[in-house]
Amino acid sequence: MNVRDIQGLFHLDVATGEIGLEREVKGGYCGDLLSDVMANAMEGHIWLTIQSHQNIVAVAVLKEMAAIILVNGRLPDENTKAKAKEEGLPILLSSSTAYQLAGQIYGAGIGKTEV
Amino acid sequence: MPDLERRFTIRANDFVNAGEVSLEIQSILKHIGFNPALIRRISVCAYESEMNVVMHGGDGEALLKVSPNSVTLVFTDQGKGIKDIELAFKPGYSTANLKHREMGFGAGMGLPNIKESADSIEIHSEEGHGTTLNIGFELEGDFG
Repeated sequence: MNVRDIQGLFHLDVATGEIGLEREVKGGYCGDLLSDVMANAMEGHIWLTIQSHQNIVAVAVLKEMAAIILVNGRLPDENTKAKAKEEGLPILLSSSTAYQLAGQIYGAGIGKTEV
Repeated sequence: MPDLERRFTIRANDFVNAGEVSLEIQSILKHIGFNPALIRRISVCAYESEMNVVMHGGDGEALLKVSPNSVTLVFTDQGKGIKDIELAFKPGYSTANLKHREMGFGAGMGLPNIKESADSIEIHSEEGHGTTLNIGFELEGDFG
């Protein structure tokens, strides 16, 4: 499943980074502490967070994550959007909580067979 | 492969450009052609070190050295230094302020993450006189 499939399946808005929507999603991680995400998120993960400032883009790009989903109705700062666009990193938006959305994505089979 | 040495400036409290040095280092390593797993390990160390300089170090610099057998990152700053180095490596310990914590920094995982991802780490710090962090990665068929 790629980022576009998840976006369509869960009716997520695309804030920026459309160019990266074909990226394969291999799993996911939820976290708002950047060092925790740095330590535990993996390449190809989709990252659910409430952090919306532009430093999340560097974290996602350095860990080669597939996309970021801002949950709880959070919106990205303008410079977050600009930086993500520059890096080709999709930022998707959801009004659900991280718990609800992660459950739905996991239920769709993402991350269940992760090694 | 020729040796490579690049220096980067890091500005204190510049959260707008924070991470740019690490992204540039990642880009250089990708261009050289190291394997993705090694680049991710180096990227974790670069980012955590860069953020430490931004938040605690005052102004500083990063040095990237690539030689046939190793990659080395050296972060030097003129900040307040580390009072108790052993404590600074303890997971969960942080001196980050409220603003940093609200942004999701200050989890007390920076130095532990670096230690976990690097092959070697050396730190020299004196209170009031800054910190030097030397992080090493050994190369053993890490191309491609």
